[in-house]
Amino acid sequence: MAPSAGTRDVVDVVLGFARTLRHAGVGASPDRVEAMLQAVGHLDVLDATDVYWAGRLTLCASPDDLDRYDAAFAAYFAGEAPRTPRTSAQQEQRMAESAPLSASDPGGGEESAEAPDLKAAASEDEVLRTRDVSELSIAERDQLRRLFALLVPAAPMRPSRRRRPDLHGQVHPGRTVRRALRDGGEITRLQHRRARPRPRRVVLLVDVSGSMSPYADALLRFAHAAVRARPASTEVFTIGTRLTRVTREMRLRDPDKALAASGHAIPDWSGGTRIGEVLKAFLDRWGQRGTARGAVVVLCSDGWERGGTELLAEQMRRLHRLAHSVVWVNPHKGRVGYEPLTGGMQAALPAVDHFVAGHSLAAFEQLAGVIERA
Amino acid sequence: MSQPTTASSRPAETLPADPDALAAALQATGYLPDEGLATAAHLALAMGRPLFLEGEAGVGKTALAHALAEVTGRPMYRLQCYEGLEASQALYDWDFGRQLLHLRAAEAAGSTGDVQQLEAGLYDRRFLLARPLLQALEDAPSVLLIDEIDRADDEFEAFLLELLSDFTISIPELGTVRASSPPLVVLTSNRTREVHDALKRRCLYHWLEHPDFEREVAILRQRLPEVTETLARQVARATAKLRSLDLLKPPGIAEAMDWATALHTLGARELDPETGARTLGAVLKYREDTDRVRALTRGALFGGS
Repeated sequence: MAPSAGTRDVVDVVLGFARTLRHAGVGASPDRVEAMLQAVGHLDVLDATDVYWAGRLTLCASPDDLDRYDAAFAAYFAGEAPRTPRTSAQQEQRMAESAPLSASDPGGGEESAEAPDLKAAASEDEVLRTRDVSELSIAERDQLRRLFALLVPAAPMRPSRRRRPDLHGQVHPGRTVRRALRDGGEITRLQHRRARPRPRRVVLLVDVSGSMSPYADALLRFAHAAVRARPASTEVFTIGTRLTRVTREMRLRDPDKALAASGHAIPDWSGGTRIGEVLKAFLDRWGQRGTARGAVVVLCSDGWERGGTELLAEQMRRLHRLAHSVVWVNPHKGRVGYEPLTGGMQAALPAVDHFVAGHSLAAFEQLAGVIERA
Repeated sequence: MSQPTTASSRPAETLPADPDALAAALQATGYLPDEGLATAAHLALAMGRPLFLEGEAGVGKTALAHALAEVTGRPMYRLQCYEGLEASQALYDWDFGRQLLHLRAAEAAGSTGDVQQLEAGLYDRRFLLARPLLQALEDAPSVLLIDEIDRADDEFEAFLLELLSDFTISIPELGTVRASSPPLVVLTSNRTREVHDALKRRCLYHWLEHPDFEREVAILRQRLPEVTETLARQVARATAKLRSLDLLKPPGIAEAMDWATALHTLGARELDPETGARTLGAVLKYREDTDRVRALTRGALFGGS
């Protein structure tokens, strides 16, 4: 499938390549493809390196894209045919396979499944609010999802450098003079301005490893509610054996679609956890550059660490120095008699500002309050 | 500030014909691009598209804009972004003080007869303070460097969209300023936050890597001719090793150059463990990093040629 000199062929080849690339997860939109065609026109179509750079410069948009681009380029120009995009049905299925809603709990699940007769909806909701999400039946879980949709976490605020007109505050020279111009050059009244509060960035790191799988669905729903409330200032990552950024997927309006899309993006559902390593990857690639700086960082994990706890302790200290405040959400904290005894928890706690539970809807409402005041 | 100069006052440009020619021209100015970067710069010039550069701090994003200005002989305008950057600091502002003075002067001279004319006179080009973006359009063809776009608020990005797609600025009181030929726009980002897709879509995207060993030696030799070849090679090797150590802030080319200069200033002709350890502050900017490197075997890091 080597590009030939005919224009028609070049267009076909490029379109086929763009399809392969989209399949690989690079969002090569039509206008970018057009730009690539234009770029190829300025270079040598028959030179593989020129075609490589023309595509890379126009179709890619972030360093994450580059590896995928290289792989797709190698595969496509070595003769592999473009693949058809996966249907959404397949995605749903994969989501269902890879993110099992826990049916592992023996007691609670069966018990409530036998009682589909719902009492008065209001009191039912009230009970559901405080129940541990890992112990719910399928029907109750559906009910709870509707309640999650009502959750609107408010963002913490910070003062910004941008100012806006206000009745009080510093004098605004520009507006004062403009007003004076209107009044024939006479200053009749001073105009003022004041710093405008802006939402502080909130970064959610959600553990999706095996030990957290009963809670992952609920935590991601909480994350979705947070992103929906403040799309521009909220970032969501999942941690497991590797770091995955799911902010983009979480921006979909419909929570079920957003979760399905995230499930598609997360390669390490229900695997092991290496929190220390993944946290380091987060801080190296995102946190230190600015994502964690001055932000409220919320870590949702049970603290089961497969690797050594020294690395985790070191990275937590680093995170604490960068972030405005660090919140650790541990679903097990909601259990009576829970003590943070796991090695990971012990290592992390000195660098945590707020240690809260995250096992029920009521706990998530409290968490929203903690984030707002953090 | 300055009156717009007409494009005809400058000789007609002859731009390098292909990426290789551009690379050679850049090299002559002391900037050594790799193949991808040369292609990117060539396409930016040929297609009239902005070039969006991302990469670690100190890999030469800003330096490229300076080098391109030198190669093309165009004037360069730089806009440093920061949070709270507003249109009045990036585009233009009316000089309120002078406008007021104009009114008072007219009053004193008693020539306030025609109010309409007086008012129209207030919004004249001479009362307009041109900021970098407007300057770059008025002085076309030019090189416009929008540095660290990720530091500006996202409102500012939305505002750049209009400018970068048709290179016009509309001033309500004065009319529309259009660039006679599109300026070469270089945007840089350190990725402290994700820049919006709508902005990236209008640009050519390039991710800048640290240079490989040979290129780094060449850069050191070219930028610091007074440093000996041995020292340059040793500094490049040690810097490459430092980058592989998983540090909080891996040193960039700028740090390598600082280090070589520091060693040269101390009179070193080669990198020995003792001077190396004393001048570590030129390359490492975190106490944790310094401790870590000190703890590692010094001979392994600073030895060899």
